[in-house]
Amino acid sequence: MENNHSTVVVFPDGAVAEIEKKIIEAFEVFDQGGDKTVSIRDIGSIVRSLGCFPTEAELHELLANIEKEEPTGYIHLEKFLPVMTKVLLDRSYRPIPEDVLLHAFEALDENKCGYITKEELVKYMTGEGEPFTEEEMEDMLSTALDPETNTLHYRDYILKLIVE
Amino acid sequence: MGSGSSVNVNYKYSLQKSENAFKAAVLIQRWYRRYVARLEMRRRCTWRIFQSIEYACEQDQIKLHNFFSYLMDHFTPSSSKERDFISRMFVSGESVKEAELEKYCDYESLEVPDSYTGPRLSFPLLPDHATALLEAFKQKQQLHARYVLNLLHETRKHLKQLPNISHVSTCYSEEVTVCGDLHGQLDDLFLIFYKNGLPSPSKSYVFNGDFVDRGKQSLEILIILFTFLLIYPKEVHLNRGNHEDHMVNLRYGFAKEVMQKYKVHGKKILKMVQNVFCWLPLATLIDQKVLVIHGGISDTTDLDMLEKIQRNKPRPTQAPSMTNRLEFSRWVRQTVQEQIEWCRRLVDISESEDEELTYSSMVSLTDLDGPCWTRQEEWKQILDILWSDPMPQEGCKVNTVRGGGCYFGPDVTGKILEKYNLQFLIRSHECKQEGFEFCHNRKVLTIFSASNYYEIGSNRGAYVKLGPDLIPHFVQYQANKTAHTLTMTQRISRVEESAFRALREKLFAHTSALISAFKAYDTDNTGRISLSNWATAVESVLRLGLPWRMLRPQLVRSTADGMLEYKSWLDDLAMEQRSQEHIQSSLLEVIYRNRSNLETIFRIIDRDHSGLISFEEFHQTWKLFSSHMNIELTDDGINDLVRSIDFNKDGNIDFNEFLEAFRLVKQSQ
Repeated sequence: MENNHSTVVVFPDGAVAEIEKKIIEAFEVFDQGGDKTVSIRDIGSIVRSLGCFPTEAELHELLANIEKEEPTGYIHLEKFLPVMTKVLLDRSYRPIPEDVLLHAFEALDENKCGYITKEELVKYMTGEGEPFTEEEMEDMLSTALDPETNTLHYRDYILKLIVE
Repeated sequence: MGSGSSVNVNYKYSLQKSENAFKAAVLIQRWYRRYVARLEMRRRCTWRIFQSIEYACEQDQIKLHNFFSYLMDHFTPSSSKERDFISRMFVSGESVKEAELEKYCDYESLEVPDSYTGPRLSFPLLPDHATALLEAFKQKQQLHARYVLNLLHETRKHLKQLPNISHVSTCYSEEVTVCGDLHGQLDDLFLIFYKNGLPSPSKSYVFNGDFVDRGKQSLEILIILFTFLLIYPKEVHLNRGNHEDHMVNLRYGFAKEVMQKYKVHGKKILKMVQNVFCWLPLATLIDQKVLVIHGGISDTTDLDMLEKIQRNKPRPTQAPSMTNRLEFSRWVRQTVQEQIEWCRRLVDISESEDEELTYSSMVSLTDLDGPCWTRQEEWKQILDILWSDPMPQEGCKVNTVRGGGCYFGPDVTGKILEKYNLQFLIRSHECKQEGFEFCHNRKVLTIFSASNYYEIGSNRGAYVKLGPDLIPHFVQYQANKTAHTLTMTQRISRVEESAFRALREKLFAHTSALISAFKAYDTDNTGRISLSNWATAVESVLRLGLPWRMLRPQLVRSTADGMLEYKSWLDDLAMEQRSQEHIQSSLLEVIYRNRSNLETIFRIIDRDHSGLISFEEFHQTWKLFSSHMNIELTDDGINDLVRSIDFNKDGNIDFNEFLEAFRLVKQSQ
């Protein structure tokens, strides 16, 4: 999933305007006070719901690009718009195809039995990669585990994850 | 070296394995976080849809008022009949002399049959009566009209001697519990009592208005609240909300509920309730430090004035929207002459009490003072308390969305708190996803107690408890078993479905305007429009401020190379909504769009709440409507319409049947 910055692409004016409108819409959904700012915590949701799949590290980098000065906890649309427009135009943070996701689960499924136990899941999600917070872990467990066996049948789960 | 290299291989293998595990974990986490973000976006969009439709509905109320003032300006009654007709529209919610009220709403002559198995009340009420009522309502029993009326009479007597601003102290009962909007959702009240306990000498409650409308058990809630009010007058406090108002009740369901449940005595009950509402206190002060009001405040809010005015004067909402003061004064100047004439006529005809203020007499009395304030100033104080909303920006501006009250900023809050030495405000009036929300730097708390307000799973309800330290403690809940068993995704889907259904209805109702808007972009008349232009066009017509590009995938199914065939899209929408084919679709659209307006107007016309109006009355209504709405429908057209829906041919139209003929009444009603 690497970004290709090597070519310069020229976009028709209309396309850029349309992208900006999309970004503004998504931003405004989270703008509760109507004053064109959103909480920093919501930037991840906004970026992701615009079709991107950044890692946490990439998200931090993005935020650093936006808020160069002392962070106030709030991001203004003025600063967000140009950065996010570039992200979409560059097609950064492309989505992960489902089969790659399947391989990822299979890599964690040592015995190749088609499921991962609760303990294993917690171990990996909170101990590896970009660890989940307690809240995130609880959330995932409540929707992902089969309540009777306390295991995650990942093929089924993937279907759930990809259907919106 | 052999063992060394095998150790190396093992080491390399396990290094690679942990690398793989790391990469795999990152991938899964990335996917999962994206999934959660999408869900969150959907949830917020759904919320926006419901909120914008709800507030647009309240805007309709303004339009209704404007419609009435338009009538006043332009419709010259051509006969005394028509004059009566219009004056009835304005002089609604008759304030009747007290003696007459007692006589009309008399309950003593009502006999309770032996076969009646519901609770029997005797006064003064005792805690046992309250528990009997709670039990009865849980069993879906109905309280006999006699007891309802008796209760209302006693409630009125009690409320009359209360001041405009109630005072509560935490030193008498250690904690005070404040509840927000209930809107007829009895299950929520039961849940609150279950979790928090019933009102008692050691358990104070403040109910912050909007007890009725929308939910189906508004009357039961009133009965329970009034009962506890009378049993524990020191501990139970009720504030008036903007829905404790006759005109609003006609539109939002309470009047209908009463008439359906009490077919014989419903009118009396409504009349009494209307009167009781006028006597509800306007605000509550806890420990002199926390002000509890239903809506909010404005930069002119004056607690001293609020304490002194006569709060039972006719409802502020009867006036044309006070939002645009300039427009209002212009209107006043234009029609003063007409009003004076009107006033004289009314004085001749009506037997109303001195204090009754008709629309018109209010205008001509504007220059006569009450104690030291004009009626207008008094009304504004009440309107602001009942209808205002907080906003994040500083300042104070007119609340055009609601049609009454203001938007008030943190600076306005700050000034009021300082002026009256308060710590913070508690208000309700706005639905919040978590049941409560702080704003203005935690100086304003919104508390909302009707869970699942828009739809099952849409939001939690909450109540707040305050001890002597005045630190708020919240309890949240959701009164629906199904809501608990659904997963978050299912809950969001369900609410979302409901929101989109409502949105599609709205789109249908604006079909003609949408076609015009689309055509403006489709200059070559290809019948297609780009999706980008689609979004702009739709917003220009509906003005709901929604993120249309986000919502588009759920509203528009098929497109060919980024272009939408709008005619067939609208036809698909229409197919969902249409019922009878021979009614012209544009007429259907008009009726649909104005459905709730029509209903309100009909209920006003149907004075005796019989549910029937005559052909003539219908005809007159339609004429008034079309003159305002620029619809061309010939007299013959109206007659045909009317005749086609009078199924039993008795010359009367049952309003519900009329609506059903167009399937405009939603399933739930």
